[in-house]
Amino acid sequence: MSRAKLILSSGSVFLMIVAPLILETRYSQHVLILVLLYIVLGSAWNILGGFAGQLSLGHAAFFGIGAYAAAVIASKTSLSPWVAIVLGPAIVLPIALLVGWICFRLRGPYFTLSTIAVGEVVRLVALNWSSLTGGAVGVVIRPSLFSGTSKLPYYYIVLTIAVFSVMLSAALSRRRLGYYLMAIREDEETAESIGIDTTRYKLIALALSASLTAVAGAFYANYFLFVDPTIVLPLSLSVEIVLMAIIGGLGTVGGPILGAILLKLSSELFRNEFSQANLLIYGVLLIVVILFMPGGLIGGVRKVMKIGAGNPRRASA
Amino acid sequence: MLLLEVNNLTKRFGGLVAVESLSFTVNPGETLSIIGPNGAGKTTVFNLITGFYQPTSGQIKFEGVDLAGIKPNKIALAGIGRTFQVVKPLRGLSVFENVLVGAFARKGDRAEAEGIARDVLEFTDLAPFSDAIADGLPIGMRKRLELARSLATRPKLILLDEVMSGLNPTESREAIDLIRRLRDERGISAVAGVEHVMQVVMSISDRVIVLNHGKKIAEGPPAQVIDNPDVIEAYLGRVTP
Repeated sequence: MSRAKLILSSGSVFLMIVAPLILETRYSQHVLILVLLYIVLGSAWNILGGFAGQLSLGHAAFFGIGAYAAAVIASKTSLSPWVAIVLGPAIVLPIALLVGWICFRLRGPYFTLSTIAVGEVVRLVALNWSSLTGGAVGVVIRPSLFSGTSKLPYYYIVLTIAVFSVMLSAALSRRRLGYYLMAIREDEETAESIGIDTTRYKLIALALSASLTAVAGAFYANYFLFVDPTIVLPLSLSVEIVLMAIIGGLGTVGGPILGAILLKLSSELFRNEFSQANLLIYGVLLIVVILFMPGGLIGGVRKVMKIGAGNPRRASA
Repeated sequence: MLLLEVNNLTKRFGGLVAVESLSFTVNPGETLSIIGPNGAGKTTVFNLITGFYQPTSGQIKFEGVDLAGIKPNKIALAGIGRTFQVVKPLRGLSVFENVLVGAFARKGDRAEAEGIARDVLEFTDLAPFSDAIADGLPIGMRKRLELARSLATRPKLILLDEVMSGLNPTESREAIDLIRRLRDERGISAVAGVEHVMQVVMSISDRVIVLNHGKKIAEGPPAQVIDNPDVIEAYLGRVTP
């Protein structure tokens, strides 16, 4: 890692550690928690969609299963909610591998369509398996992780998960696993011809991506203390995750961070300032970024700073 | 021991017989050319050897091991490298990264893999272009990058599918030189598929086999094969007096 990047990343982490102590209102802390949660979701999706080039539109399924697992375990068993956070990804992992085993037979847009189907299947199961999930009524979670009403403990938990996600992406972008995923994204036949087991590595990417998404889901359930299918399993959530990664910069470490900050902050800001018009402005913002920054925000930043002005899809940010 | 042994290899696509009862061998350290007009079955033979296609019948042995049912990535790891006729660079990655990905096949550690990559880039004269993005390279360099990426996997045998097509005379000479050095300096065997650049065939091959409509019609040293009446007929058609 270069000196500049080291200073930048440790500086950002320090800033994030002190941020909630400066921004003391519950609302601003809540927004920060959301931004961090979306950094986790964007980074997790980016491992599969950005690095390996397998565009999934079904990640809400993994988020939702993680959230429901945490919710059901916490409210229907005597296990500690902390155990639930760990069990979420453990439950998602075999499901993700099964999904991969089926969907990776398809390529390109057909793969993407199949992931939409996976997301919808999981949503419908959650909606109809009332004895376990409470159906449309959802699950209320108690007890909560912490007894007080402070948001700070939640903030530091999600900050830890976010830092871990970004560090994982950074490690990937320099190591064999990351390069193998990028090779698969660029050309699967070429990848095979230089010794890469493409099926195996796509499954690894999916497993990492889905597990991390499930951790985020489990955190979400314990933070909001309520889950139902319209909150944790909608297609719109899958789309939002993808938009974030693409707008930030596909296949880069910094992309999902910038994407999450821009989209979450702007949607919160616009909701307050423009009430009903917020979605319109949000849409315009998306169009502007896609039109004028084809490499995502990170590509735009690099152009301005004239560093690494090459292909924006390279993973070196 | 023979490096590669192909016995009675046949591949049918529906009613079309692309390769028919083809047998040939490659010795260690030898450069063999497979020549033949467009559609003779050269690329199909390469796809069969590298596991991208499964043969309809027949057998392929590499270092005495039958390759039946083995996946392309395992065949690459066993020591058979290949280039693609229509070049397939990892477009978004730099020249260096393209070669680095190949090197990761042998070394999981990045520093060691980088060592292999630098060595291969020097060998193929691509080192000055290390940071260029593969997508923007001219065709001559893309062909060389195909070779470099494959070389980084440390193959014992490399299959070169039309490495000369589309090259200008200067680039051709450089490529010929490179293929010679492959054998002379690195001891890597090669099977080169060549459509019609006879200069190449004459200057790089220890031995030549000629394919026409998927069948072997001649085999031998280059000078002898080129004078063979069947070969001339396959390329130019029958001379009717």
